[in-house]
Amino acid sequence: MSHPPRPSFWAIRAPLSARRYWLLALVGILVPFAAWWGVTALELADKVFMPSPLDVAKRLLNWAREDDLVGDVAISTYRVVAGWTLSAVIAVPLALLIGTWRPVQALLEPLTDFIRYMPAVAFIPLVMLWIGIEESSKIAIIFIGTFFQMVLMMAEDVRRVPMAQVEAAQTQGASRAEIVQLVLLPSAKPALLDTLRVTMGWAWTYLVVAELVAANSGLGYAILKAQRFMQTDKIFAGILLISTIGLVIDQMFRLVHRQSFPWLHGK
Amino acid sequence: MNAKIRIRGLTKTFATGATRVQALAGIDLDVQDNEFITFVGASGCGKSTLLRAIGGLEYVDSGSLSASGREVAGPGADRAMVFQHYSLYPWLSVMENIRWCRRLAVHTRDRTLADVEAASGRADALLQLMGLGHARDAYPNQLSGGMQQRVAIARALMPKPEILLMDEPFGALDAQTREVMHDLIRHVHKVEKTTIVFVTHDVEEAIYLGNRIVLMAPRPGRIAQIYDVPLPDARRQDMKHGQDFLALKKEILARIRETSGMKTDFDLLEQLNQPAG
Repeated sequence: MSHPPRPSFWAIRAPLSARRYWLLALVGILVPFAAWWGVTALELADKVFMPSPLDVAKRLLNWAREDDLVGDVAISTYRVVAGWTLSAVIAVPLALLIGTWRPVQALLEPLTDFIRYMPAVAFIPLVMLWIGIEESSKIAIIFIGTFFQMVLMMAEDVRRVPMAQVEAAQTQGASRAEIVQLVLLPSAKPALLDTLRVTMGWAWTYLVVAELVAANSGLGYAILKAQRFMQTDKIFAGILLISTIGLVIDQMFRLVHRQSFPWLHGK
Repeated sequence: MNAKIRIRGLTKTFATGATRVQALAGIDLDVQDNEFITFVGASGCGKSTLLRAIGGLEYVDSGSLSASGREVAGPGADRAMVFQHYSLYPWLSVMENIRWCRRLAVHTRDRTLADVEAASGRADALLQLMGLGHARDAYPNQLSGGMQQRVAIARALMPKPEILLMDEPFGALDAQTREVMHDLIRHVHKVEKTTIVFVTHDVEEAIYLGNRIVLMAPRPGRIAQIYDVPLPDARRQDMKHGQDFLALKKEILARIRETSGMKTDFDLLEQLNQPAG
């Protein structure tokens, strides 16, 4: 008895069952951890360069017990979310303007392109000079790091709305304001939310930079302080914490996407 | 009687870099009220450009263009357009797409209960007319291409436009679906008394649907000839096999081939078949 041919496991873009997908994902995550554990268990590297997973876990517990881990997570999350929210609140309307009207695009897009190449880190002394060393200065650094990229990506999201959708509205007598409100914005929304998700990730990468500015709390600050005392295990703990929070937020965005745009997810 | 659409000496040139293409060169045309007129021609003959100009979506260089006695100065609610695809709003259900125009200031908005009821009546009637009753709450991406185009037509008809402009609306559909759509749109034309301007590259479609056919030719885009269709208003699929129908189809196809500037070079094809060396 011969079987009908089955698609090869390695066929280009062949489908993969959900079970196999998550199994492979788990392997992908576990292998580097196992390698890390192996390297430290065999004492192939000095503890100062590479602490063991157990050291990191101990340090994390210590951080929670004797230091203010929850407080550090809270203040860092606050800074990231505040800087990112400020960016989003300004970027969405601006991107709608840039993506809708060529003159606005000409006026603002080359300028934004220019500014986004300015290194956010180099703005630290200026931010301290202009804004001071309060909470707002840390939020400002995160804002500088995310805002300009966000505007450009969102303007592109708006430009990607099919012209036929706009023209169908025009030939039904829609005014310009109505087209922006009733066609361009709702049509671009799923892409805008994706951009918000991606830029949230970038905002977290600017956290450590932001907490260079006279901070005395937060995950980024903790990492910087650990660096001073060569507490490699704490650096590891801080990095892993930030990536875990990032992953959780990312999944929350995906959930909101599925809930808000049912037509894109097969109901 | 005044023409529903009146076009005089319309010209339009597209310039991309150094190349200039004259898309429309001195177009004169009158379309009568409740006429079903179809535009055919080789690609680049300007049929879509002319349709878009009537819709107010394309600016012209010179000449005059009026619809319902008013100079066309941009798109307007009196000239609804149906596109080949991507024009439905994917975030709205079928019914919400059809009722979309009710959100606009130019149309009677749903302010009073009477407004809502009147609009619901019409939206329901359109839904039934288009055979979409069972798809009322579906999203467009859950529908087949033919169903999506029915929604697009229903949406365009919702505000009772005087003129319906159709830009190859069935171009992406398979042959069977297209036949069904043909009878449907003829029926809509009869029921709604709309003036329809229909662009297609399919000669059979142009004859079956049109009361008149405008044959256009490229380089420069112009009207080559206008044919009256020798068929009664009530069309049936078997008319496509009638002698008059086939003769007209043959003639128009020959004219398009003549004007397209594309010839099959049989000698060259023969050479391609020769073994090398």
